[in-house]
Amino acid sequence: MVKEIERAGFPIVHMCNLIPVSKTVGANRIVPTISIPYPLGDPGTSKEDQWKLRYHRTKVAVEALATDIEEQTVFKV
Amino acid sequence: MSKKAIVYINQFFGQIGGEDTADYEPTIHEGLIGPATAINAGLHADVTHTIICGDNCMGSRTDWAVEQILGMLEGKEFDIFLAGPAFQAGRYTVACGTICKAVKEKFGVPVVTSMNVETPGVLMFKKDMYILQGGNIASKMRQDVKAMVNLANKILDGEEIGPAAIEGYFPRGIRKEYFRPDKKPASERMIEMLLKKVNGEPFVTETPIPKIDRVPIAPAVKDLAHAKIALLNTGGIVPVDNPDRIQSASATRWGRYNIEGADGLEGGVFKTVHAGFDPAAADADPDVITPVDALRALEKEGVFGTLHNYFYTTVGTGTTESEASRMAKEIIPYLKEDGVDACIMVST
Repeated sequence: MVKEIERAGFPIVHMCNLIPVSKTVGANRIVPTISIPYPLGDPGTSKEDQWKLRYHRTKVAVEALATDIEEQTVFKV
Repeated sequence: MSKKAIVYINQFFGQIGGEDTADYEPTIHEGLIGPATAINAGLHADVTHTIICGDNCMGSRTDWAVEQILGMLEGKEFDIFLAGPAFQAGRYTVACGTICKAVKEKFGVPVVTSMNVETPGVLMFKKDMYILQGGNIASKMRQDVKAMVNLANKILDGEEIGPAAIEGYFPRGIRKEYFRPDKKPASERMIEMLLKKVNGEPFVTETPIPKIDRVPIAPAVKDLAHAKIALLNTGGIVPVDNPDRIQSASATRWGRYNIEGADGLEGGVFKTVHAGFDPAAADADPDVITPVDALRALEKEGVFGTLHNYFYTTVGTGTTESEASRMAKEIIPYLKEDGVDACIMVST
């Protein structure tokens, strides 16, 4: 889906946990998440920590969309 | 009453001529010409008409040629449509794929063709129809026709069509559950494969990884502060009543849900239908998959312009690449229509 959307000309960032899969399939902008069932907020941590993590990684993703890249890139979080 | 079939062939096999007649405009003939005779001999249907079209005509005036042929077929009764076999003739394979796809879409009849693996027609159309794995030269006519007829007969007789490797067509990217004739469970098959691998013996995987298809990197958003961003996910976040009945696995459906003015997604209002992980965290707080709350905050802070009013959902587990690709193509017009500049996809 990421590829089809990018093929249509939209910059798209893939937020996911399985980075190798995303790379193999061919996403170009990738931002890591922390797990499969809760990509953006570990329920074992406080609500505040979850919010911080989610806000931070989502911001990295948004900024990744405005970042020119030459090759497939996994953004640092 | 016996069933009916119509066959499509090019100018060469239609006995019009060679390369010099490749611009030949489509014609329809009652009865059998060229390979249609061989097809008719074994088919559980009568081939009533043969259509002939030059490969260049189909290649360079595609829309017109297809329209002509669809017009010729209008009002004709046929239960199946066959094209080729096209061997390794590049343009002919594309022509067969093009007309088969058009006929299938317009008339809803099954279509069968045959091409060699090394042709563009296979790449372009293997997901759309049954393409038998054909020979590379026309001297394979007899066996390629036989393969087409065998599969066509199964379709005509309403028999179950087996997997690609057994029936001899190119995999269409579709997964189908079925009971193996040998009833051998996955655990045994897996151990056998593992032992072969450990011993350095050849083995055949049951889930081949499709070849990588790279997409050019889309240029970055120039003016983030005014950009409209859309949120998508394959984590199955839906309104609790799952109005689009998105499947929990091997999804073929997707949905889009309004988040205009919402500062986040609430548990009890939204949930996940994804069957590939423990849903507890996402059911309690859907924002852990679809970070509407964080996006709204970033929007308010002016980090980016606006959040598109809908988020988009399907379920990623067991979903085939071809279904995923189709669903994305169905979503794209909505993104374009609303002037979306960029997208975020969250996968679980």
